[in-house]
Amino acid sequence: MDINIEGLVYAFSALGAGIAVCSGIGTGIGQGNAAGMAAQAVGRNPGAKGDIMSTMLLGQAVAETTGLYGLVVALLLMFVKPFK
Amino acid sequence: MVSGIGSTAAPILYDADFYIHELYPINFFGTTVYITTTHVCTVLVMAALMIFTLVARRSVLRAEKEGKPSTLATIVEMGVDMLIRFVESVMGKSAAKRYVTYMGVLFLYIFVCNTSGIFGLRPPTADFGTTFCLALITFVMIQYANIRYNKFGAFTSLFEPIFLFFPMNVISEFSTPVSMSLRLFGNITAGTVLMSLYYGMLPWFAKIGVPSFLHIYFDLFSGAIQTYVFCMLTVTFVKDKRGAY
Repeated sequence: MDINIEGLVYAFSALGAGIAVCSGIGTGIGQGNAAGMAAQAVGRNPGAKGDIMSTMLLGQAVAETTGLYGLVVALLLMFVKPFK
Repeated sequence: MVSGIGSTAAPILYDADFYIHELYPINFFGTTVYITTTHVCTVLVMAALMIFTLVARRSVLRAEKEGKPSTLATIVEMGVDMLIRFVESVMGKSAAKRYVTYMGVLFLYIFVCNTSGIFGLRPPTADFGTTFCLALITFVMIQYANIRYNKFGAFTSLFEPIFLFFPMNVISEFSTPVSMSLRLFGNITAGTVLMSLYYGMLPWFAKIGVPSFLHIYFDLFSGAIQTYVFCMLTVTFVKDKRGAY
């Protein structure tokens, strides 16, 4: 069986993209944590719902950054193909 | 002919079209640059915004003259009021006056860009060039506020705990525009890619009804959230540098 080097690069790029997207695990845990805490806070103090909401969204957006880095790396590997 | 994301057409995703297309070549001092889909969509978005602005201005002026506001004038007034309250809640009253106009433009532009996927355009914010420019404007605003209000402190704060932290502080200053632009770009691109994959790879009966919910999530909800986050982060960072002023 002969191995085509180009196919090998494609294969490992796809594999790397899959592994890169695993960074979403941490993001998911973090965002879920923030949402759960926000729900708790609203339950304790329903009057402050607007403030809690905006704080939660901001925190989630910042927590999302690392997951998005993984996504961008995956997109680069799949579509820009830096390794030829 | 594709550029940007996917300069070589992916062999597997032959039906999904989320690439930035090169439409019209231009000779730019010897190198060939292209008018791309992003430019066309940006112009369309700007045209829509300008028409909306002119119509809104006319209706607000007429409401002032007649003393009886129309529906559009009321909606516009509510929007402006919300915007002013949003900026004031972060920056305080006096500082908000300087920034509220820019925040309004930023908010409208990013929001219409993000949600333009509904109308079949490729969102301009799904191009890293657009988001990076927006983030660069924010970066310049942050550094301007830093130098203007902290004077020499803007420089000395780079050595804050001890001088060994200088490289880290510089990196953290410069990572702000990168992370902001990547956040917006990544979110909108993810939505665009997923939608085009959905349209390109599923049989026809899956395209009835179901995509509307996906559009509501990926275009409207995600777009609105990202708009809010971008504006919020811009205001917050500028406010941080202004300090007590």
